[in-house]
Amino acid sequence: MVLLTLMAIITIGIVRLRNLFAVVILGGIYSFLMASVMIVLDAVDVAMTEASVGAGISTVLMLGTLYLTKTEESDPGHSPLLPLFVAVVMAGVLVYATIDLPPFGLADNPVHVHVAPRYLDYSIEETNVPNVVTSVLASYRGYDTLGETAVIFTAGIAVLLLLKGRRKLKPGPKRKRIKR
Amino acid sequence: MRLDVIFRATMKIMMPFILVFALYVQFHGDFGPGGGFQAGVIAAAMVILYAIIFGLDAAKRLAPPRLLEIMIPLGVLIFAGVGAINMMLGGNFLDYSVLAHDSVHGQEYGILLVEGGVLITVAGTMTAIFYLIAGRGR
Repeated sequence: MVLLTLMAIITIGIVRLRNLFAVVILGGIYSFLMASVMIVLDAVDVAMTEASVGAGISTVLMLGTLYLTKTEESDPGHSPLLPLFVAVVMAGVLVYATIDLPPFGLADNPVHVHVAPRYLDYSIEETNVPNVVTSVLASYRGYDTLGETAVIFTAGIAVLLLLKGRRKLKPGPKRKRIKR
Repeated sequence: MRLDVIFRATMKIMMPFILVFALYVQFHGDFGPGGGFQAGVIAAAMVILYAIIFGLDAAKRLAPPRLLEIMIPLGVLIFAGVGAINMMLGGNFLDYSVLAHDSVHGQEYGILLVEGGVLITVAGTMTAIFYLIAGRGR
C-alpha cells in the first residue's frame, strides 16, 4: 500500500513536471518502486527484469535521447480537457473490469487450476530444474520465449535500420549519390 | 567525466564483478531468479556503464558494433536451431527431450542452450541500441 501510494505520488509528479530530466529520473524511481511491488508479490524474476530494464537501461536510453533534444517540455498548445476526459473514461473502464476479476491470491482461481499445477508438480520430474519460472519459460512455453526473442531481435534490427547509416548519407557529396 | 580517476578506478574494479554477476544470473537461473533475459541486460549494462565513464569509443573497442550485429541474429538462430535439431533427432520442435540419452537431461541441456541464445540476443540488442542513441549526438 505504501509502495502504491508512492507510485501514485510519482505519477502525479511526472504529469505535473515540465522538466524532462526530472521526469526521466522520476520514471526510473517509478520502475524501482514497481520492482519492489513485484518482490512483495513474490515475482522475483519480474522484479529483476523491471529493475534492470525499466530503471536501468531505459533510463539511460531516455537520458541519451534527452541529450539530443531540449530538456524542457514545450507547451502542448491545446486544452488538457479532452485528453483528461479520455484518460478518466479509460481508467473507469479498467476499474469496472477489475470488479469482475476473482479475488486476488485465492487458491481456486482459474489461473491456478488450469495448467499451473501440472507445471508445479512435474517440473522437477521432467526437467530437473527447481526454478519453475525457468522451466516454464524455456521448456513448457518455449514457443512463447522464442517469439519474445524474435521480438527483441526485430526491435534491435528496426532501431539499427532507422538510426544507422543516416549520418553516412549526410556528409557525402550529392554528386556521388547521383552517379550511383 | 573521462578524466575522473575515482570513476575510472571504481569501474575497473567493478567490471569483472558485474560480468560474473551476469553469468551467475544466467547459469543459476535454473535454481534461483534470473535467466537469459536478465543476464543479457546486466551484461549490456556493464558495457553501457563502461561507455558512460570511459567514452563511447573505448566501449566500442570493448564490444565492437560489428560483433553486436552478429550477436543479435545469432541468439535467435541458436534458439530456433535447438528447436530444429530436436526435429532432426525425431522429437517435436523445441521439445528438448531428445537432446540427451534420457529426457530429463535433454530438457536441462535444451534449457541451457536456449537461455544462452536469449542472453546473446538481448545483450547484443541492448548494447547496439545504446550505441546508436549515444552516438547520434556527436
